[in-house]
Amino acid sequence: MGSIWEYANPVKFMKLSDWLMPLSALLAAGAIATGLIWGFFLTPDDFRQGSTVKIIFLHVPSALMAINAWAMMLVASLVWLIRRHHVSALAARAAAPVGAVMTLIALFTGAVWGQPMWGTWWAWDPRLTSFLILFLFYLGYIALWSAIEDPDTAADLTAVLCLVGSVFAVLSRYAALFWNQGLHQGASLSVAPGTRMDMTYKLPLYISMTGFGLLFLALVLAGTRTQIRARRARALLARERARA
Amino acid sequence: MMPDLGAYAGPVLLAYGVSLGLLVALVLWVWLAGRRTQRDLAALEARLNRRENATD
Repeated sequence: MGSIWEYANPVKFMKLSDWLMPLSALLAAGAIATGLIWGFFLTPDDFRQGSTVKIIFLHVPSALMAINAWAMMLVASLVWLIRRHHVSALAARAAAPVGAVMTLIALFTGAVWGQPMWGTWWAWDPRLTSFLILFLFYLGYIALWSAIEDPDTAADLTAVLCLVGSVFAVLSRYAALFWNQGLHQGASLSVAPGTRMDMTYKLPLYISMTGFGLLFLALVLAGTRTQIRARRARALLARERARA
Repeated sequence: MMPDLGAYAGPVLLAYGVSLGLLVALVLWVWLAGRRTQRDLAALEARLNRRENATD
């Protein structure tokens, strides 16, 4: 069996993603459609939250992927810093816009859900605030990549920014536990004993979460392929200029 | 058939509408950027190949 480091080779990565990307996109479309249609049309209203409970099928998967995207960027950044594999730096770059959109969806659906339930669109609650800071980190990360011309320097600096931002990704996940205050509830899904959510909601939620995860995979693979091609184009142009 | 969303129809539909809009926009952006880069790279490689063949 081959090592995972084989895929640090752009040619091997392109070969793998050539079939994995469309497959994950197809599975993502199916899972998201199933999860959201099931959640929106076939689940009953909650006895306290009414029909707003249907927002959970968007809010929880997007929030989960907002944090997981940053975690993936952290791993890829560490691989770049330690082993200097270009594909990992490009994969981290490709993941950032996807993570930013996931964070934006989580913030927006949270605000729209919070208004009727909490009586406010926004509160400086630990989890909400750390999520907003995470979103700003995403924007800063994307801007830093675009601002630096030399790709290796950009990869170095964005990797360091990713390490710093990881603090807020962790806070976003555990803020409700660290500070037992604020409006946001603790974990809705947990392996700890005690009923938190009925299976009526859990099943479509798990399907939606799987769909968001697969969509993230498909988009990161597609984005990394684009970055590899752009890098090759830059290298060819540089070689042409050097010859001229 | 549309479920009865009661008094919260506005927030629920707004959440779904904006989120799905953002997801579709993201997918289109990634796809179009990929297509553009692939086309540009192919054109560049073809141009460089033509030049190399001409100098041979």
